[in-house]
Amino acid sequence: MLPELLFFYFAIAITGLSLLVVTRRNPVHSVLWMLLLFFHIAALYVLLNAELMAAVQVIVYAGAILVLFLFVVLLLDLKKEVEDEPYVDGWPVGIALALALFLSIGVTIHALEPAAPGAYTVAKIQSLTHPVAVGEKLYTEFLFPFEVVSMVLLVAVVGAIVLAKRKLKE
Amino acid sequence: MEIAGAFDTFLNILGILIKMAVVIAIVMLHVAYATWFERKIIAHMQIRLGPMEVGWHGLLQPIADGVKLLFKEDIIPAKADRYVFMIAPLICFFAAMSSVVVVPFFGSFTLGPFEVSGVLANINIGILFILAMSSLGAYGVIMAGWASNSKYAFLGGLRSSAQVISYEIAMGLSLVGVMMLSGSMNLTTIVEAQAATGYKWYVVPQFIAFAVFCVSALAETNRTPFDLPEAESELVAGYFTEYSGFRFALFFLAEYLGMIIMASFGTICFLGGWQPVPGLGWLLPSGVWWFLVKVYALFFMYVWVRTTLPRYRYDQLMALGWKFLIPLALFNIFATGMWKVLFP
Repeated sequence: MLPELLFFYFAIAITGLSLLVVTRRNPVHSVLWMLLLFFHIAALYVLLNAELMAAVQVIVYAGAILVLFLFVVLLLDLKKEVEDEPYVDGWPVGIALALALFLSIGVTIHALEPAAPGAYTVAKIQSLTHPVAVGEKLYTEFLFPFEVVSMVLLVAVVGAIVLAKRKLKE
Repeated sequence: MEIAGAFDTFLNILGILIKMAVVIAIVMLHVAYATWFERKIIAHMQIRLGPMEVGWHGLLQPIADGVKLLFKEDIIPAKADRYVFMIAPLICFFAAMSSVVVVPFFGSFTLGPFEVSGVLANINIGILFILAMSSLGAYGVIMAGWASNSKYAFLGGLRSSAQVISYEIAMGLSLVGVMMLSGSMNLTTIVEAQAATGYKWYVVPQFIAFAVFCVSALAETNRTPFDLPEAESELVAGYFTEYSGFRFALFFLAEYLGMIIMASFGTICFLGGWQPVPGLGWLLPSGVWWFLVKVYALFFMYVWVRTTLPRYRYDQLMALGWKFLIPLALFNIFATGMWKVLFP
């Protein structure tokens, strides 16, 4: 009973907060609502017994990515932004696309069949502890994709530094 | 049956609430007296006496300060972003306060029918939780700086957040060595794993990590020599320039709470937590006293550094973090890994 009630609260709050993020006129307020949104998503992970995911959600998204977002937004000249028309013209197209996406997600969820339970049951993860369970899989079976992802990120970082350096020389 | 179950749940919740109230009261008392402790140490290092008027050797000074701040007028600048301005100190304070739930103050013991555990929430991701809460605290600082609509506050907020984000990386990496040795991110398990080793404290094999941790902890809590966000000669008081009364007090409490949490964090991860100093176990009656001794020793170091070192320049601060501490922490991870492979 209690988990369901909590889930409904978080689901409703997440929807409401997402709307607040896109409708605020002041971009700084949007970012702050988004911060609250990220915490609600982290709480959903906790409800699913995925505490590591919740911590990563807060540290990576709220602690790193959103702070950089906030930096960019803070350094913009907001006076003009706040007075401008908040929505762009092509909104009927946007609504049509959103509806289409919603429909396709609905159809997909309807056709969804839960897979057979794997080796990692809730009891097993709880006895292993969550970080150990994730680490074991990530650094053995999924080591190659993991390394590929880190390479991709490294390339992106090097690229950003190269771009920034070139500007400095001019 | 149903009623008995509900009653048990009720008792559980009541027990948790009582524990939380006790922990909050004790921690807040320590935070209040941390200010007195710091003022006294600084005073004596500068051959002064420090607070002497209120109570014996100024012992009631923190209470007098608290009462004064409570009754001061709460001023909100006319051009400030009202709601963000009002929420910012609360975020700072609650972020610092919620870190306390994962700090184990002593080992669990049984008292009659009850098992008393030394930590409010014994979660498996204790280290990550504290890091997550410290990054949430950075938001309070940025929001305060931005919402004040003042140049000084804004610059202070930007400086602080850039600094906290940079040093968080070094701090997280310095703790990886501890996680590798203990095989856990649960703070209670880390303390117990240290007691099971021959050298008792992780500071022995992880001395590089401990050095990186201490420097990063100073930067994370905006303390001298990294107190650029509140450099009074350039920025008045930095991000809380426009704050007064109780909202100012919340920032102040959050800062000292942050210091105590960082000192506790260092104690747990490197100095054996509530375990006594090897061979000196007979000196103090129980674990929680050892914990306090170690925490206050680290806190003393904070103050000592403050009275000794001048403030860094901003580019020096960033260079130290990114070009020295992070590579050093990475080397430590590599060395720990090699150690584990060669001497399993």
